[in-house]
Amino acid sequence: MLELAVRGNKWYWGWMVVLLGVIGAGFGLYLVQLKFGLGITGMSRDVSWGFYIANFTYLVGVAAGGVMVVLPYYLHDYKAYGKITILGEFLAIASIVMCLLFILVDLGQPMRALNVLLYPTPNSVLFYDAIVLNGYLFLNLVIGWNVLEAERNGVHYQSWLKPLIYISIPWAVSIHTVTAYLYCGLPGRHFWLTAVLAPRFLASAFAAGPALLILLCLFIRRFTNFDPGRQQIQTLAKTVAYAICINVFFFLCEVFVAFYSQIPGHTTHLKYLFVGLHGHGALVPWMWGSMILMVIGIVLTVTPATRKNETSLAIACIVIIMGTWIDKGLGMISGGFVPNPMHEVNEYIPTVPEIGITLGVYAIGALVLTVLYKMAVGVKEEVHG
Amino acid sequence: MKDKKKILAGLAVFIAAITFPFWYNMGKAAPAPELELTAKAKAAKVCVMPTAFMKAEHMQLLDVWRHNVVRNGERAFVNAEGKLFNMSLSNTCLDCHSNKAQFCDRCHEYASVRPYCCDCHIDNPKGE
Amino acid sequence: MNNSRRRFLQIAGVSALGLGAKPVLNAFAAGEGEGPDFHLARGEDALDAKQWALVIDTRKLHSSADLEPIIEACHKVHNVPTAIVNKNHEIKWIWEAHYHNAFTDKTNNFLNEEVEHRPFLLLCNHCENPPCVRACPTQATFKRERDGIVLMDFHRCIGCRFCMAACPFGARSFNFRDPRPFIRETNKEFPTRAKGVVEKCNFCAERLAVGKMPACVEASNGALAFGDLYDEHSEVRELLKENYTIRRKQTLGTEPSVYYIV
Repeated sequence: MLELAVRGNKWYWGWMVVLLGVIGAGFGLYLVQLKFGLGITGMSRDVSWGFYIANFTYLVGVAAGGVMVVLPYYLHDYKAYGKITILGEFLAIASIVMCLLFILVDLGQPMRALNVLLYPTPNSVLFYDAIVLNGYLFLNLVIGWNVLEAERNGVHYQSWLKPLIYISIPWAVSIHTVTAYLYCGLPGRHFWLTAVLAPRFLASAFAAGPALLILLCLFIRRFTNFDPGRQQIQTLAKTVAYAICINVFFFLCEVFVAFYSQIPGHTTHLKYLFVGLHGHGALVPWMWGSMILMVIGIVLTVTPATRKNETSLAIACIVIIMGTWIDKGLGMISGGFVPNPMHEVNEYIPTVPEIGITLGVYAIGALVLTVLYKMAVGVKEEVHG
Repeated sequence: MKDKKKILAGLAVFIAAITFPFWYNMGKAAPAPELELTAKAKAAKVCVMPTAFMKAEHMQLLDVWRHNVVRNGERAFVNAEGKLFNMSLSNTCLDCHSNKAQFCDRCHEYASVRPYCCDCHIDNPKGE
Repeated sequence: MNNSRRRFLQIAGVSALGLGAKPVLNAFAAGEGEGPDFHLARGEDALDAKQWALVIDTRKLHSSADLEPIIEACHKVHNVPTAIVNKNHEIKWIWEAHYHNAFTDKTNNFLNEEVEHRPFLLLCNHCENPPCVRACPTQATFKRERDGIVLMDFHRCIGCRFCMAACPFGARSFNFRDPRPFIRETNKEFPTRAKGVVEKCNFCAERLAVGKMPACVEASNGALAFGDLYDEHSEVRELLKENYTIRRKQTLGTEPSVYYIV
C-alpha cells in the first residue's frame, strides 16, 4: 500500500521537500545538542523539563484522542465512524512517533536509552510509560494497516484483529493516564499533585485530538476525492464541545481548591502563571490567552449554529488546539517547576535551537502523517471512487 | 524481466559499494598494535589477573568492579593468588598503566573502539 | 507472484528473528560478579551503618563565612564544577539558603531575628523513603540497602531528569554541558562526571569506604555530626535526644535523614 504514497502532484512533493528541509535543519541542531549537551536549551537546574517534554505531553493527548473515533464505532456500532477510524488511528501513530522522538531528544544520554528495558523498574512510572506508548504504537500500526488493507481488497478484516481493537480502547486511556501519573505522584510538586490531573489530561486530549482530526478531515475533503463525511465531522465536533467544557471545568475546580483553601503551596503556582510572582511573569499573557481561546472554543462548539457551520467550526478547532497546547504545553510544565522547592523563581523560556529541534520532530510527525494519510486516502479513492 | 539492464546495473553498483572496504584495503592490512608498558607495570610483572585473562576480558572485569563499587559498596578485590587490590580504574589500573596513549589507546584505536570511561575517570591520576 | 514473495519475506523475517535470538540471549545471560579466580569484599576500614544521617547544629554556623569552607570541601573533593557562570546550569551538592527557602513550610511572620539571618546548609537528605528512587526508570538512582545512602550510578543514568522532578528538596543538579572545563581544581583520586547525567551529594560514600568522615563534616569544625540513625549510642542519636530538631518538608513522608538543630 505504500506505493500509494509515492504518487502525488507538485503540491504533495513540494510539501514533502519542505518537511525534509525542516527535518534536516532540526537534525543538524540535534547534532549540536549531542555535542554540546542540553545546555543549548533553556532548561535549568530548577526547570529541568521544558519544551520537549511539554510537547511530548501534549502529543500523548492527541494520540489518545484517536480513541474517540474507535470507541463509538467498535463498541457502540456507530456505523458512520467506520469511514474515518483509519484517520484516527494514523493520527495516533504519527503522534506517538513524535512523542517517542521528543523523549529521545530530551535525554542527556540518549545512547543509554535502552537501559530502561535492560533494567526494568516496576516502581517507576517512566518504565510503564515506555511500555504503554510503544504498545499503543504497535497496536495502531497493526490494526490500522490490516483494516485498511482489508478495505482495499474488499474483504472483512481478519478476526484476530478484533481483540486487538478492543484492547486498544482502554489502552488509549492508559497512555494518557500513565503520562499524567508521571506528574501527579511527585510529592514535591504541588501544582501537579492533584487527583484531577489524569482526568484533566484526558479531557484536554479528547478535545485536542478530535479537533485536529476535524481540521484534517476538512483538509482531506477539500484537496482529495475522499469526503470523510459531514455527519462524522459533526459528531466529532460534539465530542470536542463536551471535552473542552470538561477540561475548563476541571481547571476551574483546581482554581477553586487553591484559592478557597488559600493554602500557599497550591496558590503560588497558579499565581505565577496568571499574575506573576516576585516580579516574574513571562507566562501571564500566554495563560490568559489560553483561557480566552478555550472559552471562545467552548462558545463556538457548544452553539449549534457555529458548530454546524464548518468554517466557524474550523476556527473553533484551531483556537481549541492553540488553547489546549498552551495550557498543557507551556502552562503545566512551568507551573509545576516554578517556584522551585525552595520557593525561588527562575523562569524558563525555550531557546532558538530548542525550538528548532522541536520543529524538526513535528516535521517528522507531519511526514509520517502525510505518508499514512496519502495511503489511506488513496485506498478510499480506489475503493469508493 | 522488463528492466533487466537497469536491475543488473544497479546490482553491480550495489555489490561494488558493499564490498568497497575489502577491495580498497587489499594489501594494506595494518600491523597489530605494539603496547608500551610503564616502568611500574613492567616491575609488577602481572596485572590484577593473569595477562591472558586481562587481554580477553578486562572489559568484563571492569564491569564487575564498577557494579560492586558503586552499587554494593565493596572495594576490595582479592585475586587467586590472594593479592589485595582496591577496585578503582583511576587509582589502581591507571596508576600502573599511566600511559594511556601508548597503552590503552593503541589497541582501542586499532579495534576502532571508543570506551567512554575517560570522559569521567581521570587517566594518569599521579601525573607521572 | 505476490503471495509467494510475501511468504518468502515472512519466512525470512522469522528466521532472522530466530537466528538472532540465541546471541542476544547469550549476551543477557552473561554472568555478573562470579569468577572462579577472585572474590570481592568490603575494605577493612569501611564504616558501616543501617542508615547514615547528618545533624547540622545551625547555632554553630553564624554567617556565610562559616559555611564556605564546608561547601568548598565537598565541591573540591568531588570535582564539582563550581566555575559555571550561567546560573541555569549551576551544579551544587551542598549550598547555603535562607530560613524561608530552606523551610518553606515552617515560615513565621515574626521569626526570631537571629534565626532569620542565620545561613542554613542544604543538601540531599538521603531520605529513607526517597521519591527520586521511586521515579528512576533504570535504578541509576538507588538506595543502598547496606547503609541507606541514596546513590547515583553515573554509568547507568540516561539523563531523563525524572529524579530531579521527583525530589521535593531541589537537591539534584544536571550536567547541561561537559563539566570538566569548569572544575577549578581537579581531585585526581575521584572521577568527574560527563555531560548528560544528574548528580548530587553522595554522603561521601567513597570516604566512608576507607574509614573517613564526609568532607563537609570534617570541614565543619564540629557543626556537623554524622552517624548511624539506628544506633542508639551514635553521636547523631545523642544530639537528637538532647536537642529539638527540624527537618525539611517532613510532612511529605520522605523521611529525610538530615536534621537541623535550630
